[in-house]
Amino acid sequence: MLKTIAELSQDLQNKKISSVELTQFYLKRINEMNKDLNCYITVTEEVALAAAKVADEKRAAGKVGPLTGIPIAQKDIFCTQGIKTTCGSHMLENFVAPYDATVVKNFYNAGTVLLGKTNMDEFAMGSSNENSYFGTVKNPWDKERVPGGSSGGSAAAVAAFLAPGATGTDTGGSIRQPAALCGITGIKPTYGRVSRYGMVAFASSLDQGGPFAHTAEDAALLLNAMAGFDEHDSTSVDMPVPDYTATLNDSLKGLRIGLPKEYFENLNSDIAQKLQDAMREYEKLGVQFKEISLPMMQLSIPAYYVIAPAECSSNLARYDGVRYGYRCKDPQNLEDLYKRTRSEGFGDEVKRRIMIGTYALSTGYYDAYYLKAQKIRRLIRDDFAKAFKEVDVIMSPTAPSTAFKFGEKTSDPISMYLSDIYTISVNLAGLPGISLPAGFNSHLPIGMQLIGNYFEEARLLNVAHAYQKATDWHTRKPEGI
Amino acid sequence: MSLTPEDVKKIAHLARLNVSEKDLAFYTPQLSNILDFVAHMNEIDTTNVEPMAHPLDLPQRMRPDTISEANQRDLFQSIAPDVKVGLYLVPKVIEEA
Amino acid sequence: MEWETVIGLEIHAQLLTKSKIFSGAPTQFGAEPNTQACAIDLGMPGVLPVLNKEVVLMALKFGLGVHAEVNRKSVFARKNYFYPDLPKGYQISQYELPVIGKGYLDVTLEDGSEKRINITRAHLEEDAGKSLHEDFMDLSGIDLNRAGTPLLEIVSEPDMRSAKEAVAYLKTVHALVRYLDICDGNMQEGSFRCDANVSVRPKGEKKLGTRTELKNINSFRYVERAINYEIERQIAVIEGGGKITQETRLYNPDKHETRPMRSKEEANDYRYFPDPDLLPVIVTDEMLKTAQNSMPELPYQKRERFMSQYGLSTYDANILISSRDLAAYFETVVKETEGQEKIAANWIIGDLLGALNRNDLDITACPITPAQLAKLVRRISDNTISGKIAKTVFEGMWDEKMDVDEIIEKKGLKQVTDSGAIESLIDKVMTANEDKVQEYRSGKDKLFGFFVGLLMKESQGKLNPQQLNESLKKKLQG
Repeated sequence: MLKTIAELSQDLQNKKISSVELTQFYLKRINEMNKDLNCYITVTEEVALAAAKVADEKRAAGKVGPLTGIPIAQKDIFCTQGIKTTCGSHMLENFVAPYDATVVKNFYNAGTVLLGKTNMDEFAMGSSNENSYFGTVKNPWDKERVPGGSSGGSAAAVAAFLAPGATGTDTGGSIRQPAALCGITGIKPTYGRVSRYGMVAFASSLDQGGPFAHTAEDAALLLNAMAGFDEHDSTSVDMPVPDYTATLNDSLKGLRIGLPKEYFENLNSDIAQKLQDAMREYEKLGVQFKEISLPMMQLSIPAYYVIAPAECSSNLARYDGVRYGYRCKDPQNLEDLYKRTRSEGFGDEVKRRIMIGTYALSTGYYDAYYLKAQKIRRLIRDDFAKAFKEVDVIMSPTAPSTAFKFGEKTSDPISMYLSDIYTISVNLAGLPGISLPAGFNSHLPIGMQLIGNYFEEARLLNVAHAYQKATDWHTRKPEGI
Repeated sequence: MSLTPEDVKKIAHLARLNVSEKDLAFYTPQLSNILDFVAHMNEIDTTNVEPMAHPLDLPQRMRPDTISEANQRDLFQSIAPDVKVGLYLVPKVIEEA
Repeated sequence: MEWETVIGLEIHAQLLTKSKIFSGAPTQFGAEPNTQACAIDLGMPGVLPVLNKEVVLMALKFGLGVHAEVNRKSVFARKNYFYPDLPKGYQISQYELPVIGKGYLDVTLEDGSEKRINITRAHLEEDAGKSLHEDFMDLSGIDLNRAGTPLLEIVSEPDMRSAKEAVAYLKTVHALVRYLDICDGNMQEGSFRCDANVSVRPKGEKKLGTRTELKNINSFRYVERAINYEIERQIAVIEGGGKITQETRLYNPDKHETRPMRSKEEANDYRYFPDPDLLPVIVTDEMLKTAQNSMPELPYQKRERFMSQYGLSTYDANILISSRDLAAYFETVVKETEGQEKIAANWIIGDLLGALNRNDLDITACPITPAQLAKLVRRISDNTISGKIAKTVFEGMWDEKMDVDEIIEKKGLKQVTDSGAIESLIDKVMTANEDKVQEYRSGKDKLFGFFVGLLMKESQGKLNPQQLNESLKKKLQG
């Protein structure tokens, strides 16, 4: 049962297995392997089996869709009613969400089975899952290395076949980068494509939810369920959702893919090589490559590390021990309640970003930092707009290196921030981006990123799928899995 | 653009975070470095550029004035740290100096 | 040293929508604590705001009512600070781009003159919850029912020069928002709140003095008293060689003083930035039209019409238009008392309002219907009763809610107009007071009043005054 969602869906439909059996299989694997890998913070065994049973009953009655009875994992940033939603933080360690996120509701309606809530960098801040209150997550390809972050738990779970598919969120690369480091496929949709209602906010103008899976086809199936207008989210776009699987097999003949020259400067040679190989494969399919320029690339990280912390400093002000979440013991007065609750409840990276963000918004600094960053943001967007006049899709590496070792970047926050260099601009512009496996450097996966124009998720999935038909990187399994 | 420990103390207070002397020694250089790093933004002239608050160039949607939420106090307060007679309890709020 | 006072008012008017500005929770006052605070109002992790259309329409109506510029594009911004009644740790408000820009109101002052008070802006924001301090020892109880209720913050220019001017402006705004049906103006319940910015400067000085902000003034009377106290305090401080500290001060109505408020944070750095969960508010032509079409006749328009249509004085008109309900009451009465508008106005302004005020009632709770009051006025003008007797009838209407004619009947208050009856009564009184008649005839004119008094007493006031005067004069003169 270590198969793709598309395959499992077929098996369920052909009654080769039942959803209950499938769910039990995954629960058993989780039970055996999670202690080691630490992908899951909460395993929802009872909920899963109950849902599997319902799915089987629905199938017997003939009321099914492609995802009915498929087990999935949800990043612990999505509110799940009646189930702990921790955001990887001590602050919400025992927070039982009183409502479901829209994405969660969508998956329930699609008939999926919830296996559990996955580990993540605290409040989505991080690129290695080393910032989680619940411990680090091991990369299934090399247990001494990080899976990436912030959606490290979801990526590792899919890579280790502890879930056929999982959800993640991406603010600066938190779906794409872990997908690359874990050798799987992950897509960040256009800003506004997937509802943010119930997706605990980190940086509101950058956050987007998206799926992880082994293949682009699976990601398309999951995105079909996730995407859509939500009246509860003012930033949700009222556009119809196409069937992302319908155009997977479209021909790539005549497709123009842009290669931003700045992204290929100083690139690790192994990664560069793999991307070269990928280009050869695409050329066979009739794709034309063109060099383009995205000159604002270098400034994307500084701009991001002003905007995201600024928004997060405000979004995280609600964590004060008054209405839910962690509260410090015996607060002496109001100020003590706030300060001790927040200092004890939040980890270092979160506190760092809150302080940077507070500073960037404060009197006297707002123009120089926040406003300046928003201007650079527009320039970055304009860069992409110009590029998309000449090309249909942009290709780049996803991450500057393969999975690094635990502790390698934790002493210097900036070195950690630099691992987002290829992904961050995409969030700032609000464009869709996908990462898919493109090879290995010894045993460590290498990912390639495809960036599309606004609301062109279907095209991205099509281009990714074409590559996966011609190659087999996405079928490799980590040793021992 | 170096931050002094005093600056960090002020920021921490605005953000309602405690910073011990040890924390100050830890955070001050890190925050300074980050701010130096983001100062790279000044390398480019953005005088006539409009700030971009949003990727979406759309107007705010408005909903009709209808009541759509039922009373769920029991559910919401079941996860509250300290509640009495339906009120959230906090250390006393003093209004007058 | 002559001092000049400079006052600006910030008014927060709770808008009369059914649901909150950013959530679908109800806004009714007086519900059990936290039964009207949904996940969005509580600032639960992951929730998001969605704007209530009616709130924008109400703001537009206000803008139209104060001849203001409407900003077709306005932006919601976050005002960041920590306080237990502020669940998200920020208030969604409007900062650089408010929905309503500059406007003005022409205010009628006590002496009848008019002053134009300029309005800087009016913007939309959400209200915070409430902290309750009694009953809990060293804890406070937080009720978030009010969190998320829509507010329109109306900021005036510092154009007022006395507490009385401030009260006049406040009352004008109060009447306007009630006229527009966008706010119920209930100061006691907190749906209409006022903060006053007060400073003093030597007369003739152009530069503004340091100002203090006064809070917790929840009645018109307190506004006047608080401002006057503060003016005196500031003058005393400066004359004593001290400086005014820019601070927020709470008014204590029992002690009649203002005291500095414990600052919500040392230096209030609110770190305003546009709320990324909300998009810019665009006012369309359609919305403006909807707002325009739902505008009622405004107070100043009604006043002008009352004066021209009913011949009322400015003073009387001002009182009658002070509330939309009172104006409506008057017009209903006047419909049934054509030609008697002045009498109707007098009865409403004098006796009716007097009774309402004594009993702390609003015109909407008036026990006398407009139809009944109209009837009373007709009975006076058709001579069924005299104006004086009418007061007795009025009391009966107020206390027993009886019909005018019933009371007149029951209490036998009908005016005597029969000349024969009047003359025979005059004869009777004259006969019983021969000596006084002689005194009158010999020149003591003042005794006329004596006879009138006796006759009124004899008849329990029921003699028609004009007829009585005529007949008495004739008979006394012999």
